[in-house]
Amino acid sequence: MHRVVITGAGTVNALGHDVQDTLAAMREGHCGIGALDFQDVERLSIQIGGQVRGFEAEGRYNRQQMSLYDRFTQFTLAAAKEAIAQSGISFSGDLAAKSGVVLGTAGGGVSTWDANYRSVYEEGKNRVHPFVVPKLMNNAAASHVSMEHNLKGPSFTVSTACASSNHAMAQAFTMVRSGLAPVMITGGSESMLCFGGVKAWEGLRVMSKDACRPFSANRNGMVQGEGAGLFVFEDYEHARKRGADILCEVVGFAMSSDASDIVMPSKNGAARAMAGALADAKVNRDQVGYINAHGTGTAANDKTECAAVADVFGPHADKLMISSTKSMHGHLIGGTGAVELLACIMALRDGVIAPTIGYEEPDPECALDVVPNEAREAKVDVVLSNAFAFGGMNAVLALRGV
Amino acid sequence: MSVQDKVIEIIAEQAVLEPGDVTLDSTLEDLGIDSLGLVESIFAIEEEFDISIPFNANDPSESDFDISSVASIIKGIETLIADQKG
Repeated sequence: MHRVVITGAGTVNALGHDVQDTLAAMREGHCGIGALDFQDVERLSIQIGGQVRGFEAEGRYNRQQMSLYDRFTQFTLAAAKEAIAQSGISFSGDLAAKSGVVLGTAGGGVSTWDANYRSVYEEGKNRVHPFVVPKLMNNAAASHVSMEHNLKGPSFTVSTACASSNHAMAQAFTMVRSGLAPVMITGGSESMLCFGGVKAWEGLRVMSKDACRPFSANRNGMVQGEGAGLFVFEDYEHARKRGADILCEVVGFAMSSDASDIVMPSKNGAARAMAGALADAKVNRDQVGYINAHGTGTAANDKTECAAVADVFGPHADKLMISSTKSMHGHLIGGTGAVELLACIMALRDGVIAPTIGYEEPDPECALDVVPNEAREAKVDVVLSNAFAFGGMNAVLALRGV
Repeated sequence: MSVQDKVIEIIAEQAVLEPGDVTLDSTLEDLGIDSLGLVESIFAIEEEFDISIPFNANDPSESDFDISSVASIIKGIETLIADQKG
């Protein structure tokens, strides 16, 4: 078994176009959620989201690239570039042949589907651009990362709704841990903030019209976000030999399936995933100082997640901190676990716990230390990152400082 | 703008060249246009002239549309415009 460390991180999300700006915003408890801006937004009943602002494809990518890159691919490539540059790795020879990219996304090129359906259904056009399929496919982002950075090993895309990124990173972790690959690029991305992408979520009636307030008694639903989070997972010995700056260690993971309901979360499924990650990491529950919650801000998720934490951690549940950064960047659906891993890295590396903002009223069913409204300085050794998806598919990662 | 000038403009844009660098006897290969670039050029030409071009990327030589040179492409388009707009 090989130890696995993270040696690079990159992101684009509503809080910032890179890791530094994103972590600064998390420390300040800044809210990236605001009025949505796209065609036909006035026909939506939900008009807020964590939209990425000021990220223009023009200037970043050439005409040919733009015809092939959906917005989720554009975010992914920008984040991958940042992560790989930080790691200092360039892929060639045997390293390139063995290293790959595993990413998560729930919807892939949603805005490409949306724009082209609009063109053929609403505008009555009978012809679409020839690259619609390679642009919208869920693995487009992973493919372009592999082409851009010469990654020729195991590469694919995982899609498990809101847990996609965590499942992807868990998969990348096992590949490096087992020795299958020395380095894996992993994480995920999502870009559903277009008319059809929000209209679909609206239909479920779980969305808030004003704010994402996880764990607060007056919470009234989730708020969508968009963006990407990308990481370099590397064999510890490989990283050490080349003198890399190590951000933290990935020490374990677990996946579980509720096998019960297509949308309602299960305490048991969530608890099994958290307990499984602790067991896999060989850490005791009282070593965990922080949990980055799934914390969607829906009535059902937050109380179920808190109950699961209480079950797994017993009396220690009252001592650990748990926060949901979705209150700041929104729910990035398939990309959410990746952006949230940044809060875990900040906790381990900088000793700063990102807050749950928008917290207004205690809820007796969420009676944990949710780090309300203000970031906190605290030294933590082990952290968990939770993701519990629609479909009942859960993935939890455990990380440790180095 | 004539059909010829417009087609040359579309092909030049695809090849990232100036229109003056695209001659009638150039082949797409000469211009560095690959299979994806060809499909995108055909799409742009269809959009520009509102015609439908019978082209199957699986076997370009079997299509009724001759893409062996810029001149043959222009001739094919002029014929299609006459047939489909006639």
